[in-house]
Amino acid sequence: MSDAAAAAPAGGPPGEHVVDERVSEIGLVVRLLRRPELGALLAAFAVGLFFALTTDKFGTLDGAANWTDVASTIGIVAAAVALLMIGGEFDLSAGVMTGTTGLLMGLLATELGFNIWLAILCTFAFAAAVGLINGLMVVRTGLPSFIVTLGTFFVLQGVNLGVTKAITGQVRVGGLSEASGFESAQDIFGGTFWSPYDFRVSVLWWIAVTALGAWVLARTRVGNWITAAGGDAGAARAVGVPVARVKVGLFVGTALAAALVGVIVSLRLSSALASQGVGLEFFYIIAAVVGGCLLTGGFGSVIGASAGALILGMAFIGIPFEGWDTDWRFLFYGATLLLAVLFNTAIRQRAEGAR
Amino acid sequence: MNGDERQLAEGEDEMTDPIHSTRQAPAGAGDGTPGAPILEAREVSKYFGSVIALKDVSLTVTPGEVTCVLGDNGAGKSTLIKILSGVHAHDEGELLLDGDPCRFGSPREAREAAIATVYQDLATIPLMAIWRNFFLGAEPTKGTGPLRRLEIPEAKRIVREEMSKMGIDVRDPDQTVGTLSGGERQVLAISRAIYFGARVLILDEPTSALGVKQSGIVLRYVVQARDRGVAVVFISHNPHHAHPVGDRFVILNRGRLVGSWTKAEITRDQLARQMAGGAELEDLTEEIEAAIPPSPGERGATGKEA
Repeated sequence: MSDAAAAAPAGGPPGEHVVDERVSEIGLVVRLLRRPELGALLAAFAVGLFFALTTDKFGTLDGAANWTDVASTIGIVAAAVALLMIGGEFDLSAGVMTGTTGLLMGLLATELGFNIWLAILCTFAFAAAVGLINGLMVVRTGLPSFIVTLGTFFVLQGVNLGVTKAITGQVRVGGLSEASGFESAQDIFGGTFWSPYDFRVSVLWWIAVTALGAWVLARTRVGNWITAAGGDAGAARAVGVPVARVKVGLFVGTALAAALVGVIVSLRLSSALASQGVGLEFFYIIAAVVGGCLLTGGFGSVIGASAGALILGMAFIGIPFEGWDTDWRFLFYGATLLLAVLFNTAIRQRAEGAR
Repeated sequence: MNGDERQLAEGEDEMTDPIHSTRQAPAGAGDGTPGAPILEAREVSKYFGSVIALKDVSLTVTPGEVTCVLGDNGAGKSTLIKILSGVHAHDEGELLLDGDPCRFGSPREAREAAIATVYQDLATIPLMAIWRNFFLGAEPTKGTGPLRRLEIPEAKRIVREEMSKMGIDVRDPDQTVGTLSGGERQVLAISRAIYFGARVLILDEPTSALGVKQSGIVLRYVVQARDRGVAVVFISHNPHHAHPVGDRFVILNRGRLVGSWTKAEITRDQLARQMAGGAELEDLTEEIEAAIPPSPGERGATGKEA
């Protein structure tokens, strides 16, 4: 990155020239290998190239509009989940949260007659509250976040079905398009751009969330604290990092990202299903792990997680383009995950110097 | 940030044999009339439920001196340093900071009083870059509000400079701490504490997990820190590491003070004997000698028969 500037410390201490000379020995390859997202980026390129060469539509802009759409709704949450995993925690409730938030927004708009923008605002506030509860439970009890969020997952799934059925008498909330403000909200969250290819606006949200996450992680104090909290919470605390606050913040961030996807999907369809989102949490985790995140925390990449989401999106669209049965998707996802873990482990050992 | 670290470069030359070097003592140190202590514990006690972790322990921590706290496992060393570093509050006795009674509510409060603690196993985070570790919790930033961001080139430059003052050549501040040796990691943590202006440096068994050479590296920087006027508290269970660098020695046993000595008052062997409980060690030596035939060459073969 800025090694040129760093290699020549202006007015460095006298008699330390040796240091500067040896810096140049660190080659581009080593620096690349140290990047956690390297594997995911290479794999995304390979998978994209494969489908582009073996099918007609995949490589076209029309095709790209399809697979970037799928990738975007996974990638927005995967970026937040990656930060959470780097911070050493898990969130299994993130998938079902996309359903809960979509339903909540729909119910507020249709049953209570809220303006859609007000409904969206309330939805984000609700998501933040759930994230806060997840985070506080994990931080206060010291229980594994795997268990805590598994609990939240089932609670939310039960609420989704129970509340929706009780209020609407069916398992979906429809008719969002009649709510006031729907048009403008759909343009922002559920619309398209670049006709005639009609890329989804969600792709722009995805890019924005990824860029923000990557910037926070690499360039801010909070990013440093996230990595430290996941790498060794005790050591981080010992030097004054507010580990608990960082972790709670990450849970809130993940819930907000899930809410964004919930809002996007519901506005796009102008309805929300009670079963929406169940199972997606695994896709987020796969994307994050493929992107180089360590399950044990302290290491990973937001850009890698987005590349992981891109791989999942490309396979989701590419496999039916090939004329293969869509059931093969699962095999592909599983195999990708295993290969990525093996590859990333090897890379990381090299980066650590493997002592 | 602080001007003190500039002095360190001058200290490098006498690093050749720092452990046994006769040092140029800062004012009044080491001869029984030390300067004013920064931190003083007076008959401090700590209970965990019905367990007496520490009872009536006193010690003084003076600038430019190394105070060694020695004791076997369970002697109360950890409890004592946790009181000094704000992790635990003491139940009885007094803690004086610059002569005034004080009580730390949290490690942060102790840190704000320029008391830095380097824990043996909590010193650094292996998967993070050296420069990120160095500044963790006190990162230099530029910009304001949401655009506040890390000053990365500056941070890397400072790390390279500070580590080279400690005699460690950081080729690439971006490499992870996991690639450093155990001794280098401790040195990183020590130089970090000093850079951020620590007046009191508490080192929790910095050498216990290290080999002979690595321990030597760390001990050398303990001496350097002391020569820069830092008050060092050195916790160890190894008298061979503590005696060469220490100016005062405090021995704990089962939560109580066995005794405290200045360097002039005690030799290394006496220190080892005191740690092991004097007579106890003699009994143990006799027992071992009785069990093993004296000829060292045949020990392996005859040991089993005996």
